[in-house]
Amino acid sequence: MKLMTCPINGSRPVSEFVYWGEIRPMPDAATCSDDEWADYVFNRNGAPGVKKEWWCHTPSNTWFIAERDTEKDKVLRTYLHGEDE
Amino acid sequence: MPWRLLRFGLSKSHPEPRMFTAHDKLKPSYDVVIIGGGGHGLASAYYLGRDHGITNVAVLEKGYIGGGNTGRNTTIIRSNYLTPEGVKFYDKSVDLWKDLSEEFDLNLFYSTRGHFTLAHTDSAMRTMRWRAEVNKHYGISSEVVGPEEVKRQAPQIDLSCGGHAPIMGALYHAPGAVARHDAVAWGYGRGADQRGAEIHQQTAVTGIEVKGGKVVGVHTTKGFISTNKVICAVAGFTPRITDMVGIKTPIFVHPLQAMVSEPMKPWLDTILVSGSLHIYVSQSARGELVMGASLDPYEVQSTRSTLDFPEGLAAHLLDMFPFLSHAKVVRQWAGMADMTPDFAPIMGKTAIEGFYLDSGWGTWGFKATPVCGKTMAWTVANDTPHELITGFSLDRFRNYSLTGEKGAASVGH
Repeated sequence: MKLMTCPINGSRPVSEFVYWGEIRPMPDAATCSDDEWADYVFNRNGAPGVKKEWWCHTPSNTWFIAERDTEKDKVLRTYLHGEDE
Repeated sequence: MPWRLLRFGLSKSHPEPRMFTAHDKLKPSYDVVIIGGGGHGLASAYYLGRDHGITNVAVLEKGYIGGGNTGRNTTIIRSNYLTPEGVKFYDKSVDLWKDLSEEFDLNLFYSTRGHFTLAHTDSAMRTMRWRAEVNKHYGISSEVVGPEEVKRQAPQIDLSCGGHAPIMGALYHAPGAVARHDAVAWGYGRGADQRGAEIHQQTAVTGIEVKGGKVVGVHTTKGFISTNKVICAVAGFTPRITDMVGIKTPIFVHPLQAMVSEPMKPWLDTILVSGSLHIYVSQSARGELVMGASLDPYEVQSTRSTLDFPEGLAAHLLDMFPFLSHAKVVRQWAGMADMTPDFAPIMGKTAIEGFYLDSGWGTWGFKATPVCGKTMAWTVANDTPHELITGFSLDRFRNYSLTGEKGAASVGH
């Protein structure tokens, strides 16, 4: 069983978590061009690397950030938004 | 045949030709370089030679041929998709499949089994009726059947699925088939090789040279080769290649896992799929149950397996077939699925002249192997997208005109 550390609840089975994708800055919808908006909506960084991702511990609904190596599937650290950036 | 076998057995030199020519060195230039020696890449090389007379072609494979998703899928072939683009495209593929064994002089064990997509809810039944109507409109054998027909073809099934997901009906697709997936890569590889294409295994691409918006060459672990046309057919490695030429795509990579049981006597003739229970199962010619489920829930760019996968899949399989409780799992593995937001592939030309994509094949690429090779070869030879793939261009995302293929495998909807 793979474990993940929730910043609030500690080490829990990974099945208790949902993955919400890499953190991506959203352009201002009112001022950006159609191409910029399409790029934000659809395009992804699909190559492997250490990525900052949104995850949620579902039983407690805790949203947090995980830094994860997506090739080795290894979580390097987890923290709440705003606590360490 | 027995005499040939006997002669072979008694011979000291084993005079059986190898499937492919082994080339020591890359040539300094090729008309077309294909990255990826899987089914799609080899089929493209095959049809470039057979249909268009383009034989100065190199297929570059980082590992060994057919070692990626071509050898990692669950070998199901069908054409009962949902969008007109998808239905026409996959139907052409099923047509091509039927003649391949003869064309290659190699037994692909292509076996038409019939394919049930089970529905456990009213909304699933509604989708099945919709799919059946789209399919019938394009002349494809596809119909909605009741639970009794499922029971007739798979008598061991528990129609109540353990009491919590009773089967209300199914979409039945009679042409649904399975084939031996390695043989597909070997057949296309041998055919391409005989027509003059070179297959280079253990040769990885490290960079792509682009000048003035045009492809001029490819850097590999065995040196530089110049070329004006590159086909990228690398499934889960696609983002790494598109990063080399600076093209952004919506592709994201999740592992898709599968497993097989120990061999048993033939008892399951048909192919069964359930989106609600996240399972597809068929019995191979060797007697093993070949089983798959849904995508892993988060991004990983490697082929690692997990224990969660066989646990979850076995539980669902027992809902359908309780008598399998003593069957053993003998192998499990994973492939990297290059997913797209609309579950349709990304094929054809790109913003870089001479760089062609055959990607976004996610969980639905094996069945499309022949038609991909044929349409990609046409597209490269004519430098114009083939009419069957115009709905699959990369531009569709920038233009907000998605293809919405909800008939795809391993996708909950």
